[in-house]
Amino acid sequence: MQFQILINIVIAFIWMFLQNDFSGVTFIIGYIVGLLMLFFLRRFLRFDFYFRRVWAFIKLMALFAYKLVEANWDVIKIILRPKLDIEPGIIAVPTKLKSDWERTLLANLISLTPGTLTMNFSEDGSTLFIHAIHVPDKEKAIKEIHDTFEKAIREVTE
Amino acid sequence: MVIEILISIFLLIGGLLSLVGGVGILRFPDVYGRLHAATKSATLGVIGILTGVFLFFLILEHIFIGKILLGIIFVFLTAPVGAFMISRTAYIQGTKMWERTKQDDLKKYIETGETPKDKRS
Repeated sequence: MQFQILINIVIAFIWMFLQNDFSGVTFIIGYIVGLLMLFFLRRFLRFDFYFRRVWAFIKLMALFAYKLVEANWDVIKIILRPKLDIEPGIIAVPTKLKSDWERTLLANLISLTPGTLTMNFSEDGSTLFIHAIHVPDKEKAIKEIHDTFEKAIREVTE
Repeated sequence: MVIEILISIFLLIGGLLSLVGGVGILRFPDVYGRLHAATKSATLGVIGILTGVFLFFLILEHIFIGKILLGIIFVFLTAPVGAFMISRTAYIQGTKMWERTKQDDLKKYIETGETPKDKRS
């Protein structure tokens, strides 16, 4: 993957020399040209096109932004309701993610989304303990985390 | 004109969210609930205000201030870590939870050391 990025940057520089124009805009155009070349050559050279991961990361960030706004709205509704009608609880969420930084990213994304807060890890790191402000249905809450954040993170890393 | 209205909306949303976060700190019954209000609504509130300030200087004054963007990134990085450490310490210290708390999987884990199985496979 690092090699592909290096090739891409070299192509961008070659593009700048061919154009005889050393500005940022030309560099970006050259970078896009390099991306297209790598994209069309990906079958012949037998490598995994790296921009797919970048794209998955952008999708993860978009999902996070959407969840952030949605969950903020839910928490605001809870706070401003005259009667405090909530059922807080700590739920254990098993995760399939393997490496430490994937789990850290998952825990931080869960913490940043209002209404849920990562409290602890199990000793081997395979389970996250999450304090949720309103969990009428435990299984549904676990499934939602699996379907959104965990799935998106796996798309980036696999 | 349009830009000014947009900046005002960002600032107003940021201020409102901070206010709601403050109300939440007063209203929630235990330390865990208060952490929700203090770290989350306030995070988005701070980001709203910072975005408004950034747009104001960028568009109306033509100054690009990278420090504000760095501020947003660092708020995003530090808020969840702080909340994680405070809640974890509170739980291990034995801070009582609200009496209406329904589930407590962490207590089970600390007593028996068992983690629930992944039901997906």
